[in-house]
Amino acid sequence: MRVLLVDDEEELVSALAERLRIRGIDADWVSICYDAIGRVESKKYDIAVLDVKMPKMSGIELKRRLEEKCPGMKYIFVTGHGSEEDFLAGSAEAGTAYYLVKPVNIEDLIEKINEILND
Amino acid sequence: MSCRCDMIGETGLQFYGKITASMSHEIKNALAIINENAGLLEDFTLMADRGMPIDVGRLKTLAGKVIKQVQRTDGIVKTMNRFAHSIDESVKNVELDETLKFVATLSGRLAFVRGVTLEVEPGASPVTIATRSFFLENLVWLCLDFAMDATGGGKTIGLGAEQTENGARLKFTQLQGLSERTTSAFPGERETALLDALRAELAINVRAAEIVLILPRDIGQ
Repeated sequence: MRVLLVDDEEELVSALAERLRIRGIDADWVSICYDAIGRVESKKYDIAVLDVKMPKMSGIELKRRLEEKCPGMKYIFVTGHGSEEDFLAGSAEAGTAYYLVKPVNIEDLIEKINEILND
Repeated sequence: MSCRCDMIGETGLQFYGKITASMSHEIKNALAIINENAGLLEDFTLMADRGMPIDVGRLKTLAGKVIKQVQRTDGIVKTMNRFAHSIDESVKNVELDETLKFVATLSGRLAFVRGVTLEVEPGASPVTIATRSFFLENLVWLCLDFAMDATGGGKTIGLGAEQTENGARLKFTQLQGLSERTTSAFPGERETALLDALRAELAINVRAAEIVLILPRDIGQ
């Protein structure tokens, strides 16, 4: 299983990737949306974990672009919105039920990853 | 309540809501970074319990990141607090460079997401007027919101204040995306209501690529 993490906060996404690797999950990270598109062209990922609000391209727009490159890849959104209700209200077009609210509990993230792979 | 007051009240509430939502989002990001780096520290202690050597330099780096994010969060909360107190006094003396810097700070995350840089150009000397501080912040923010759309991504907006004979001018410059089409709906109802309340005028110069807010020296009570 290989996971790609995308968030414009580099200190967050690099630490999260390292914590996943400590737990035996192969995880890469990028902090620029366009780098994510380049990355999936060179390596296959099973899951992308995307921040919703990023500069120049939202996580939802990035998902649409990644779906063109990797039709089978699954997605988890991570949001800094104040509450899950706020996220749902603002991101109805996300097209995925898999989301977490920051700050993320690492065990919750791993549970979501396993859930999505078994779906 | 008059229609104009309703418009100003509603506009003010929208402004308040958007700013606090943006700042709470930033606080969430900072907390998330603290969470992950504290989590890494915990992971390393668990690994040390299992006999793996500790990289002291790494621990120091992680601790430094946590401290940096605590300071960042403290800064955000201070800004939120200052914003909350903007409405303490109806009319007061405001130094316009400070107002521009403050609203640029409030708009920081929104500008970042849109790929726009805000640059406050300090004047030769302070420019002070007596006005309704919260309404002015609201109007400046609305002008910035419009300017960010008008200039497009990857651009810089210049902000500056100048003294005039009867008051002051606030300028929003480097708006190369301004055109007759983009300016046809601006100022809208909200901006017009605030302009009235501030006894201000707004001028758009497409050729000079700028918007100018003209403010009186003393709005009176």
